[in-house]
Amino acid sequence: MRVTTGDLFWGFLKVGVSGFGGVLPFAHRSIVEHNRWLTEPEFTEALSLAQFLPGPNIVNLSVIIGRRFQGPIGAAAATLGLMLMPLAIVLLLAMLFAQFAHVEAVRNACAGVSAGASGLVLSIALKMARPMRRLPLQLGIAATTFAAIALLRVPLPWALGVLAPLSIGIAWWSNR
Amino acid sequence: MINPLLIELALQFLTLSLLSIGGANAIIPEMHLRAVDIEHWMTDADFSQMFALSQAAPGPNVLIVSLIGWKVAGIAGALVSIAAMCGPSSVLTYQVARAWDRFRDAPLRTAIERGLAPVTVGLILSSGFVLTRTTDHSWPAYATTGSTLLLALTTRLHPLWMLIAAAVLGALGVV
Repeated sequence: MRVTTGDLFWGFLKVGVSGFGGVLPFAHRSIVEHNRWLTEPEFTEALSLAQFLPGPNIVNLSVIIGRRFQGPIGAAAATLGLMLMPLAIVLLLAMLFAQFAHVEAVRNACAGVSAGASGLVLSIALKMARPMRRLPLQLGIAATTFAAIALLRVPLPWALGVLAPLSIGIAWWSNR
Repeated sequence: MINPLLIELALQFLTLSLLSIGGANAIIPEMHLRAVDIEHWMTDADFSQMFALSQAAPGPNVLIVSLIGWKVAGIAGALVSIAAMCGPSSVLTYQVARAWDRFRDAPLRTAIERGLAPVTVGLILSSGFVLTRTTDHSWPAYATTGSTLLLALTTRLHPLWMLIAAAVLGALGVV
């Protein structure tokens, strides 16, 4: 399959603007079903790599797919395509909001979105926790991370520095 | 002369980039801690508004980073912040993707993936908790958060509809 730098840029540009409420489903549709750049297993593997490395998952995915076809230029083109329009739109939205922030209904609508979106973030965490529900050690790590970050407000570098190696160690040891 | 705030933003997000295991949603508590409590760049209300705007726009949820940058130092702040946030993690991803095939079946890779999963769950759960505490100040607001949580867990409704409903309820003064 030959995918040019231009294909990558425009393909990811479309993914970026259609991604309301989560870009991933649109990325999957575009890359696997519409453009057929990757097969389903190839996409799954790229996604799992994108998710376990630090950084925004979808940006990592664009780097992996861009690199696969066109090296560093491809990675840059895909990422730029992905971010360009959403960045412009969100900044425009922020400037508009700043103009109308004195209108109570606008502020209240914003508070409504915030309250709703907080529920969505909670739901993501609980969905991710489902496969762990019979694994007490993993649940313990998740609960400890939550207590450290949310309740004790431990700075992230300290919490990760202790909990990530511990959890990887447990996974390594329990796998043998 | 470069605005010192731009350098400060760059340093903050360059370090956060490699700590964001689980994506932008996982570092919301840390961003809140740094932007509101440590740097005093904005109030709780500002932070919650930036979060809402980033969710209301299309695109990846890392956009909240650009809005924090915008609030602190305008358009330049937004660009510096998002570039700093995506830079180090993208370089790491690029390098790992190159070596990926060699590690395909390595036990250490499996252990890292399985080990990081529960940490990520704890981080994103913390984000939801911090956002709820920052955002919700009334029973109707908690009810809105609870309803979207339940709907997202039990139905296949597109999240955008839930956000629109929440916006309308908010504009009507219910939330």
